[in-house]
Amino acid sequence: MRQLIFAFCIGLLPFAANAVEPDEMLTDPVLEQRAREISKDLRCVVCQNQDIDSSNAGVARDLRLLVRERLVVGDSDAEVIEYIRARYGDYVLLKPPLEPATYALWFAPIAFVLIGVFVGGGLLMSRRKQEAFEDLGSEDENTVSEILRQNEAGDAS
Amino acid sequence: MKRLIAGLPFIAAVIFGGFFLWGLNPDRDPNEIPSVLISQPAPAFDLDPVPGLETPGLARSDLVGNERPVVVNVFASWCVPCRAEHAVLTRFVEREGMRLFGINYKDKPEDAVKWLNDLGNPYERIGSDLSGRTGIEWGLSGVPETFIVDSDGTVLFRYVGPVVGPDAVERFTQALKQAGALPNGAGS
Repeated sequence: MRQLIFAFCIGLLPFAANAVEPDEMLTDPVLEQRAREISKDLRCVVCQNQDIDSSNAGVARDLRLLVRERLVVGDSDAEVIEYIRARYGDYVLLKPPLEPATYALWFAPIAFVLIGVFVGGGLLMSRRKQEAFEDLGSEDENTVSEILRQNEAGDAS
Repeated sequence: MKRLIAGLPFIAAVIFGGFFLWGLNPDRDPNEIPSVLISQPAPAFDLDPVPGLETPGLARSDLVGNERPVVVNVFASWCVPCRAEHAVLTRFVEREGMRLFGINYKDKPEDAVKWLNDLGNPYERIGSDLSGRTGIEWGLSGVPETFIVDSDGTVLFRYVGPVVGPDAVERFTQALKQAGALPNGAGS
């Protein structure tokens, strides 16, 4: 049993493995933490739906080293991201920036919800109005009572 | 108002259908990465020659001030598609008079020398980018990549992947002609 548990734990090891290798890390823990945070927002250009922090691709490693290099030189987080964005474009940002070209991306979901609420609400309101019933005219009233009387007479016979 | 509401599902279907059609287009490559370099000045770099090779190194200044636009090809001996592309590029240089410069990306010098000795060396200059840093400056996502650089240093065209096969060669030829990178009358 103990061996089984041990084997299971060993089996879990690969999942704990990190793309960031020890030789890449900065000695300053604060800078290293900032580098990790920045790396999580940058897309790996080879394996496209992964951030460079978790990617094992060569280019991702180069970019991680570059991020750390810029931090050591004294760049702010925004400056580091801008440096890489200047070379790879908006494409490397995992979070698209809020600018006129991306307004549709950011605001379309909210707009759709609002349209849905308005249209749905409008439909419900108009249905409810129809349910409210109106008086029949005196002519119709007479016709209806006539028919009812005939029916009753028919049932009796 | 009622008519508008009745028409909404249809409008929604048209919009979504349009997106699906666009997404299903077989010519669309979802892996294509837009390049920020096009129409921008080529990045600054200065690379040493590959040790053991007589070809001189490559710097940005070598790309500027030429008679015609020149071609920069990023290659490596460990890159298999580069081998196929090498023949195509050699043909462009020998038959069409294209001027070709190389960036040897993250390659062991001895491997690069052997590779070029085996296949021939169509490059006028080759810079050795051991660290891959110059690759990042060019916004490289992999090898091979090929750029056309105007004589004022502006990047005119970028081709990601090997220029191999009729379609790719056709696209590349068009780009070369459009840039004026081939001497007049060549190839005809």
